[in-house]
Amino acid sequence: MLAALKQQFRNWAFRRTVETGTVVLNQRRIYILPTRQGFAFAFTLLLMLLGDINYNLSLGYVLTFLLTTTAGMTMLHAFRNMAQLEIHAGYVESVFAGEQAKFVFHFNNPGSLDRYQIHLQDDEEHHTVFDLPAQRSTPVELTIPARQRGWLDSGRLTLYTRFPLGLFHAWSYLHFEVKCLVYPKPAAPQPLPATSVQDGTGKTTAAGDEDFSGLRNYTAGDAMPRIAWKAFAREQGLQVKQFSAPQGRSLWLDWSQLPNIAQERKLELLTRWVLDADAQGMLYGMRLPGGEVPPGHNPTHRAECLRRLALFGMDES
Amino acid sequence: MKLTAPLLYGLIACILMVSAPHAAHLPLWVSVLCVALLAWRFYLTYSGRPLPSRWLLLGVTVACVLAIAITFHTLFGREVGVTLLILLVTLKLLELRTARDATVLIYLSSFIIITNFFYSQSIPTALFMLLTLLVIMATWVHMQTGNLTFKPRLRIAVILLLQAIPLSLVIFVLFPRVQGPLWGMPQDAYASSGLSDTMAPGTMSNLSLSDAVAFRATFDGKVPERQQLYWRGPVLWDFDGTTWKRGRNITTQRPSLADATTPVGYAVTLEPHNKPWLFVLDMPSKLSIPAFVAPDFQVLNDKPVNARIRYTATSLLDYRANADEPPQQLQRALALPQGLNPRSRQLAAEWRRQADSPETVIRTALAHFNQQEFEYTLEPPLLGFNSVDDFMFTTKQGFCEHYAGSFVVLMRAAGIPARVVTGYQGGEYNDLGGYYVLRQYDAHAWAEVWLQNRGWVRIDPTAAISPERIQSGLNAALGDNVILPFFARTQSPFLLKLRVNLDALTNQWNQWVLGYDTERQFAFLTRLGMEDVSWKNMALNLLAWIALLVGIFTLIMLRRLVVRRKDAVQAAWLKVCRKLEKAGLPRAPHEGAMDYAARIATARPDLAEDLHDIAARYAALRYGGEAEMEGMAAFKDAVRAFKL
Repeated sequence: MLAALKQQFRNWAFRRTVETGTVVLNQRRIYILPTRQGFAFAFTLLLMLLGDINYNLSLGYVLTFLLTTTAGMTMLHAFRNMAQLEIHAGYVESVFAGEQAKFVFHFNNPGSLDRYQIHLQDDEEHHTVFDLPAQRSTPVELTIPARQRGWLDSGRLTLYTRFPLGLFHAWSYLHFEVKCLVYPKPAAPQPLPATSVQDGTGKTTAAGDEDFSGLRNYTAGDAMPRIAWKAFAREQGLQVKQFSAPQGRSLWLDWSQLPNIAQERKLELLTRWVLDADAQGMLYGMRLPGGEVPPGHNPTHRAECLRRLALFGMDES
Repeated sequence: MKLTAPLLYGLIACILMVSAPHAAHLPLWVSVLCVALLAWRFYLTYSGRPLPSRWLLLGVTVACVLAIAITFHTLFGREVGVTLLILLVTLKLLELRTARDATVLIYLSSFIIITNFFYSQSIPTALFMLLTLLVIMATWVHMQTGNLTFKPRLRIAVILLLQAIPLSLVIFVLFPRVQGPLWGMPQDAYASSGLSDTMAPGTMSNLSLSDAVAFRATFDGKVPERQQLYWRGPVLWDFDGTTWKRGRNITTQRPSLADATTPVGYAVTLEPHNKPWLFVLDMPSKLSIPAFVAPDFQVLNDKPVNARIRYTATSLLDYRANADEPPQQLQRALALPQGLNPRSRQLAAEWRRQADSPETVIRTALAHFNQQEFEYTLEPPLLGFNSVDDFMFTTKQGFCEHYAGSFVVLMRAAGIPARVVTGYQGGEYNDLGGYYVLRQYDAHAWAEVWLQNRGWVRIDPTAAISPERIQSGLNAALGDNVILPFFARTQSPFLLKLRVNLDALTNQWNQWVLGYDTERQFAFLTRLGMEDVSWKNMALNLLAWIALLVGIFTLIMLRRLVVRRKDAVQAAWLKVCRKLEKAGLPRAPHEGAMDYAARIATARPDLAEDLHDIAARYAALRYGGEAEMEGMAAFKDAVRAFKL
């Protein structure tokens, strides 16, 4: 009940917009409140002040005021520790369900002040701490467990600091348009289904890794061993070796052929097969109730198959 | 935050520093135990051993509390409280398990600092407080900065403290002062040293071992002669054979001065001594504070002096005091304990029989002290049951209390009303501050006799034995082989000067920092030009000043948040890009230098060579880590030479 009210208050009090691009932490985005320790310290100071008045301790007044103003000024220090940081979300690698999704955020400190002990956490208390020296950028990785397939949203993150004395809690909310694609969890190893021969209407060759068939331009994501280093050394730019597999040995991973098990189990099984087929260098295609992926064998193909499985039965957006 | 070893060493240092000043008045076993516990904790951290079990600690704690109860015979009161606090904080360190415990220790350390101010608020104490605060801050920052090394941590702590100083100064001046106490306090709330209202052999000589300041006095006009500087304190009437006591005045008649002349005005800043009496020159006539002047001219404040107070007074140096003293009071001034000191009484009776007037008796007595080889010493032999007889006829060695006491006994035996007066005599002049300092070793006892028509007349028997004591102070009277407080001994001119300067500084400190109370605040703020010194006005001023200072700090602090990089390499390259852009060949945002050069090379083969050169140099300087001046200069030349 209290938690629900708290959530409602938060939604009302703090903007819940989703950010894109680079966020700069300005004074309108940073909130500050005393911590519990801050209140406890205020109470200690009050006791000290009463003692000073009662016993006419002039030096006691000096001490009390020194501590009070120090404590007060740490509010400014806490604010300063976060102010003007520049943040943008980085690329998130897809993971399999049950693994840890690593959300990367790039923090840049454009000023000449070192920043200390900045915490980044999500609403479920997954948490990371970092320091950020002056005029440096650093990627900060927030690990959130990927529990189920589909899109995993980092959700609204809280960036906070209690520097320098822990008396004030300065925080800001970050909600980036950043999602991690979570593939279904691969099932336990199972033998692949039998390959089927395609009829002769298709292409005569399909990309495989049996025989060298030429070079093509490098695209992001190509495997390192495939890069034609010799060509690169001849200053022909980055090129990738292409191989071809003889036609007719493509494997169809067909939803309709699967035994009668729960939908999620089917997806897990298909995921396992996609991985195994890919590892064995086979040409494989996939048929799902919503459509099919023609046979192929390259990282893009593998990613496309896994993506289909991850988002099966879900709204694509 | 983790409880790392360096953090623990910091906490140990904090506790050591806040407790160290207390070592002077803690029971010895507590100090030793605390040091041992801290050393144990240090060893455990250093060697990485586990903490002792909770049961063991609980046992030690209970034992400590019991031992304190036995040592002090109580578990209440300030001193016990401070002792308990220090012990418990030290024990807490041995069961430090969570980050929260460390925070609690930091707060308690700050609190223990303040308890030290019950005992001392001097300038060294203040400086030590700042040092302690710095250590506490550095440790505190440590808790929030994790693995930051010592130096930057210390830097943060120093910055925090330095920023706090101007702000707290403003608050110190403008925070409305309330005259304490807010609630009743036990008597032990204040440290006290000084004259008491009893006198026995040894009382004064003990005091003369202390160089603590009793009070400071500034004279308005001409300063009286040194032998007239008798600062009157408790007047003692009743003698039981060893101890002189104040007793109760039987009369309510107000003291009266007749034919009084030679007025002297002065101001006294009295150190707290936790007793009601004030010190004034013989005999007081006017006082700036509402104090009661007893029938024997003793001036009593309405409550014990437990804070430094300042008052002005006027005294009259020539007078006839209480010439009409009521007979009951004179009877008190003649009383002697029955059956004690027969030889002295016999001697006095003899003198009285031979003399024609009381004045002659007094002269005889003083001459007796002067001529019978009496000695003025700080370490007189012990006296027996008939203390006055022993002193008069056997030991003949004594300090001022012996002479004043025996003289009064002799006078009473001779039928002359007499009483003992205690107070301070002489003092030391401070050139720099223009005031007299009276220290505990200036404590003195003298006598007053009542003569028909002349009233109470001051007689100082010490002057008969040791005139130097009255004229030049204790050191002149006692010679070199006596152990006296450091300041009571005459030193080299340099040390004397240093001492004078230090005391003047201390006086300013006392007046302006420690004595900054409601009155002084009012006077100071009025002098600064505040017309209406009210709480509201002070609060408004306080807020305005804080806002101003915090505003300035904010500007300074937030100045370095964004620093635009001045990158010469980048600037030169952008210049080239701008030139090309004007020529209709803009660089695409995603395009790197080499790609751009390659693209331009196809569009404008005439530029290809130059541009490729520039791009290669740019890439080398920017990404190759090639930071030599030559490379930079060549690059700049190439950029300058690049023309479309």
